[in-house]
Amino acid sequence: MKKSSSLIKSISVGLVTLLVLVILAYGFTVTNINFEETRSERRVASLTRILRALAHPRIFDYEYKEEDVEIPFYLGCPEGGVEFPEVNRSEAFIVASVACAEPKETIVVEGYNFQENSSGPINFIGFSADAPEGVPLQMGSFQADAQGNFRVEVTVPNRQIKEDPQAIRATGRVRVGSPTISRDAQVTWEKIVETVFMALLATTFGTLMSIPISFFAARNLMSDIKIPLSNISLSLVGWPLGMWLGLKANQILVNLLSPLFNSFIPTLAGTIILPILGFLFIKWILSKQDEDAELKLKDRFVNLLYTIAAAILVFASILFVGKLLIQIGIYLTLDKEAPLYFIRRFIFQVGDIIIMLLPAISALVGGGLFGGLFGKFGQTISDRIAPATGKIINLIITPIAGAAIAVLILQGVDWFYQFNNPDITLYWPAGIGAGIGLAFAIKASPKRSLPIGIVLYGIIRTILNGTRSVEALVMAIVFVAWVGLGPFAGALALGLHTVAALAKLYSEQVESILEGPLEAIQATGANRLQTIVFAVVPQIIPPYISFTMYRWDINVRMSTIIGFVGGGGIGFVLQQNINLLNYRAASVNMLAIAIVVSLMDYISSKIREKYV
Amino acid sequence: MLEVKNLSKVYDGDVQALKNVSFTVNQGEFLAVIGLSGSGKSTLLRCINRLIEPTEGQILWKGQDVTAASQDEMRRIRRKIGMVFQHFNLVSRSRVITNVLAGRLGYVNPMMSALNLFPKSDIEMALAQLDRVGIMNQAYKRADELSGGQQQRVGIARAMMQEPAMILADEPVASLDPVLAHSIMQYLEKINKESGVTVLCSLHFLDLVHRYADRAIALNDGVLMFDGPPSEIDDEKFREIYGKDAERVG
Ligand SMILES: Nc1ncnc2c1ncn2[C@@H]1O[C@H](COP(=O)(O)OP(=O)(O)OP(=O)(O)O)[C@@H](O)[C@H]1O
Ligand SMILES: [Mg+2]
Repeated sequence: MKKSSSLIKSISVGLVTLLVLVILAYGFTVTNINFEETRSERRVASLTRILRALAHPRIFDYEYKEEDVEIPFYLGCPEGGVEFPEVNRSEAFIVASVACAEPKETIVVEGYNFQENSSGPINFIGFSADAPEGVPLQMGSFQADAQGNFRVEVTVPNRQIKEDPQAIRATGRVRVGSPTISRDAQVTWEKIVETVFMALLATTFGTLMSIPISFFAARNLMSDIKIPLSNISLSLVGWPLGMWLGLKANQILVNLLSPLFNSFIPTLAGTIILPILGFLFIKWILSKQDEDAELKLKDRFVNLLYTIAAAILVFASILFVGKLLIQIGIYLTLDKEAPLYFIRRFIFQVGDIIIMLLPAISALVGGGLFGGLFGKFGQTISDRIAPATGKIINLIITPIAGAAIAVLILQGVDWFYQFNNPDITLYWPAGIGAGIGLAFAIKASPKRSLPIGIVLYGIIRTILNGTRSVEALVMAIVFVAWVGLGPFAGALALGLHTVAALAKLYSEQVESILEGPLEAIQATGANRLQTIVFAVVPQIIPPYISFTMYRWDINVRMSTIIGFVGGGGIGFVLQQNINLLNYRAASVNMLAIAIVVSLMDYISSKIREKYV
Repeated sequence: MLEVKNLSKVYDGDVQALKNVSFTVNQGEFLAVIGLSGSGKSTLLRCINRLIEPTEGQILWKGQDVTAASQDEMRRIRRKIGMVFQHFNLVSRSRVITNVLAGRLGYVNPMMSALNLFPKSDIEMALAQLDRVGIMNQAYKRADELSGGQQQRVGIARAMMQEPAMILADEPVASLDPVLAHSIMQYLEKINKESGVTVLCSLHFLDLVHRYADRAIALNDGVLMFDGPPSEIDDEKFREIYGKDAERVG
């Protein structure tokens, strides 16, 4: 028994080994592994050249004083030999130990009267009909002593023997003047700054976005969100409706107010007056609200009007602030040479971003407002109304909600595939959605709460996992197509990837918080938002900081190569330099990357140490 | 004031933690819940403010059915029921005063409190509550810098911020040494006698029950075994509650 099982075990080990070997062999073939090629002389020579160039990053530029000294030399000694060439001994001169040599022979070259301590290459110059000016081939290099003399052994190259004289040339160089920062180093500095800031922006915005998302992707917070069907369906109708209304309101308001933005004074006045007005109004509403009172329908309606008015005031305030910033920014950036230009430009850009985000904000606010309101109404239906009536209401609203959502989804799909066919984008989805809604309405009891939280959790997790599995480099390609070559595309790609990655890491932290404090805060009668702020947030701050630093570290790494696909930053120049065989410049780029990455690594690990 | 009728709780995984439990709690009473570990004491207390959803039965709070309450109603009910926990359940990285102010969350405006803005009166009240349990000077320390006894006092102050009609205390002294245990129990007694807050407190030690409780109920494996004054727990009752082999100590 025991023996046979160990035999089976041995056989299976053998089979697995065989399988691994086969897989490896296949891998070698598909990856074109070819060690013969790597040993070939040509490859080794080019590798040596590149590695040597990489070892000499061109950080400083020097001015050289150069002198060339050349003597004729025969490759392959002609019959009867050749005379040693005449040299002018009053200037720098070189003499070879022989006047002619066979290929691969080692000869001695001596030089005299060169500049003190000068150094440089000793080249064999091959002349031919194709290259009458001569092709240099380095045989060795020399370093002259304090008197300007040297003596080196060099090997004659393995070239074809020629009857005509070739030449040996020594080029002596000495540095003059002080070194200057090379052009490559300057570009590298500019680009590395760009890179670091690209990573910074991506991390900042990615973090800001992923914090709220992470709460929705945390199982422990979502699993006890259970609401009745009437609430779900009315919310589902309320959200798109509210978003649409929000967008419309945004358009109307912007059109209405736009004459004010033509000049500075009304813009400024609005920026000052509206926020004050909004603040006072909100304060007034809050003072009127009595948390204890049971709200009647009329009170709820009045409250809704107040909320909408407050939202419009806040919205208008933001609009004015944005417009004001743009105007100030434009005024300040009239002179392109002005000092601190980037700060002036930043003012403009902040304003621009605010204005750009306004429609999105108003859609979200509208959606939240109406979704919440409708949902509350749905909740009331479930809480207060008799099950039979509730059922009938569900039978009406749930199909509507299902149809609305299905049509919206298909409209989105249509944007990609352009069916342009109302059968596909309107009638069928409406019918199917309504059918699904009807099925739910028939099946679910109007009083029972459905675990919508866990469904939402599943959807968000899936989207996050999908997004995360797309490499930032691939995203960058898409963004380059959208916003053009440059660091902006890179920052967007990194930002998006950061959201997906951080939201998951964050949500796992939320899932591992202590239940006790959460329970205690819930027991005080706190609502969901309050529970998150008071019980969840304090517990997750340290891991959030730590993960943000970790991500910032990754983003710096990623941003150094995102330029390879046009995403800007140092990667962009590095790729160019490699393509142009400009290895000494590439070496500077890589050096900068190495320094920045290891510095970031160090800093982020230090900060994380502090918080974990 | 609180009526529990035929309450049952079955956890997922078929653990029946409560079986048909019925009892009432009267206004101003100090009621102890006793029973072995795993007998369902915590489950019972958590069902009352619906931190756990009861499987069956009714809980009437001042005549209102807690089990059928909507979210808004639940908020109103919960804020009148303070809760004190065995492991204090403070938010350890927050300051003491923040932990105490959290007791007001059921009353204040959600948006303002989310920005950590509380009315001045609430802050004064928080300091007063801390003063009452003798640790006002610790108000601005982080909660985890306090000793266990001090933390439980913060827990009591938090519950008192709710201006509760009742306090649910789930083994409030089980992680404290005997001396501290008495001091915490004395605070609960003070709250009960001076402020008239009803206390429903699960306890491990019978001597504490005798010393502080007006009445006791006992659970054994989710079944209510006893309901009466602590003095009525004689040796026979004791064995019924704690099992045949149990030895009486203390
Ligand atoms: N979340 C849960 N899921 C499943 N079973 C649970 C859960 N919580 C408690 N139980 C079970 O329910 C029963 C009662 O537990 P409960 O915590 O109410 O007992 P207890 O009397 O408070 O015990 P202790 O004195 O140890 O705190 C136990 O058998 C326990 O294993
Ligand atoms: Mg317990």
